[in-house]
Amino acid sequence: MQFYVQNALGGLAYGSLLFLIASGLTLIFGLMRIINLAQTAFYLLGAYVGLALVAHGLNFWVASVAAGIVTMALGLAVYSAFLHRYHADPLTSLLLTLGFALILDDVILATWGGDPHSIAAPPFLAQSLQVGGVIFPAYWLAVIAISTTIAVVLFVAMHRTMLGVMIRAAVDDEEMARGVGVDVNRSFYIVFAAGALVAGIGGLLGGPITSAYPGLDGELTPLAFAVVIVGGMGSLTGAFVGSLLIGLVNAFGKAMFPELSYFTIFVPVALIMAFRPQGLFGRKL
Amino acid sequence: MSVRRRWTFALAAGAVVALLLPCLGVPTFYVSLLTQTWIIAIAAMSLDLLIGFTGLVNFSQAALFGVGAYAVAIAATRFHVVGFLPGLGLGITAAVVTAALFGLVALRAEGPGFIIITIALNQIMWGLAYQWVSVSGGDNGITGIVRPHIGPLDVSGNTGYYYVCLVMFALAFALLMTIVRSPFGLVLKGVRETPRRMRALGYNVWLYRYFALMISAAFAGTAGVLFAWYNQFVGPVNLSLDQSTQFLIIVILGGIGTIFGQFFGALVVVFLSNELSAVTQRWMLVLGLIYFVIVMYAPGGLVVLVPRLWARLRGRPVVLAADVPLEDR
Repeated sequence: MQFYVQNALGGLAYGSLLFLIASGLTLIFGLMRIINLAQTAFYLLGAYVGLALVAHGLNFWVASVAAGIVTMALGLAVYSAFLHRYHADPLTSLLLTLGFALILDDVILATWGGDPHSIAAPPFLAQSLQVGGVIFPAYWLAVIAISTTIAVVLFVAMHRTMLGVMIRAAVDDEEMARGVGVDVNRSFYIVFAAGALVAGIGGLLGGPITSAYPGLDGELTPLAFAVVIVGGMGSLTGAFVGSLLIGLVNAFGKAMFPELSYFTIFVPVALIMAFRPQGLFGRKL
Repeated sequence: MSVRRRWTFALAAGAVVALLLPCLGVPTFYVSLLTQTWIIAIAAMSLDLLIGFTGLVNFSQAALFGVGAYAVAIAATRFHVVGFLPGLGLGITAAVVTAALFGLVALRAEGPGFIIITIALNQIMWGLAYQWVSVSGGDNGITGIVRPHIGPLDVSGNTGYYYVCLVMFALAFALLMTIVRSPFGLVLKGVRETPRRMRALGYNVWLYRYFALMISAAFAGTAGVLFAWYNQFVGPVNLSLDQSTQFLIIVILGGIGTIFGQFFGALVVVFLSNELSAVTQRWMLVLGLIYFVIVMYAPGGLVVLVPRLWARLRGRPVVLAADVPLEDR
């Protein structure tokens, strides 16, 4: 019992981190047909920038938001300089984001070196909690709470604001949305910025769980993509449910088959593709 | 000279040069890089069969390549299977079986969906190679793979192995050209252009794609096996997403849907990445920049770029039929 509760909590915490990456991935794809392979690199950049800010004495939470803003600025720069021209051309934009991820990885490696950096949780969350024989870090609960809050904010923004209505209209039928006067280009910028911001914030936030090292982005990529496939491409709700699901599968996979943990992700992906290829919350392909 | 005869002539001249190269006093290092070029070109041609002729942008080509490489590496170091044909057969089988499995999952989607799923599949295989230490050696990979003898011939030397890879490239090239020109290849082209119309004509589009994927895997697996023997080392990096992208960049550079162009694409990329890594530590960064340049300025590949530059040098503007954006090709 203890084993299950422990791994379930760990999986949910890890899954909520995945949501911070996958939400941007799925929204950017849904709206612009851009498969953003730099999304996990944004996360990594957020972690390193946040770490540097903390080292300069900034508060952990402030640092993570500031790192998110730095990441967002960089993402916007790349988007407006290059990617913007290639939306609706998935292959070209994908290769551009991959080239950008390579550059970003190398800059990170050159700046911060190849050694892993462990990141400490804020002091008041650093202790472990013990509930009925299950011991787990208090920080896990904080991550789950923060991610859920961000998910709610994104959901409200998408479904209860004028901006969200416009974005969803552009997702459904870009030409028609343009025709009735929606500034689709503006929503492209906003969605790309939001995706980079959330991933960048996630970097430092997830630091105490994943730590930061070159190559972390590559390790997160299959998980984030699995989330998007399972949840349904373009669906925010799908990204949330998919993240928790993949987080859980990953946690139990790691605990039960440590050497095959990546392969366990194949199972939900294959099952979804077999029975519901559009994903749990995706629209018909 | 007719176009056809000119091609035959160019091909024959190329073959003679390729055959004579190791005997002309070319430094061993470059013979070795050319060997690598033949191998990588086989993998790139296998990907071109999918992208250029079937319309499947497969990002798990490195997984198929790597599975072939790992299969022969594990067989050689654990089970002492060291023959040429057994190794090759094993690698091809492993790659085809993997593709058969991948196809069942990935071919449920089309277009960008297919891309996303194959990225995930490729990374899952990478994770397997990275973490399944007891079988794959994890990050340390597998070392000590010995190049096989072919019958009584010892081809483990640099020159000998060069000829093995050259012959395998020629075989793969001839086979792939035959396939894309056969009725089967024409159906694949139809599937790429208008899957819906092909469906209406009664073709089982899914099945054609599935077969194309497995045929492509056989060639990718062949390249993987040759690479394992060439490098005498296999590691997770050989089936990483970066490797898949490298194949894709070669195909774009060589010209999508040309098959023969992939040799030139591979030549440029293999020599460039080797020279780069010798000159600078920051070659990943340079590689990223090169991706930008190729994708933005040479989406039609060298087959478009070179004639255009040539025409510009001679002061004649040209518009080439192949000069269309990636998306429409």
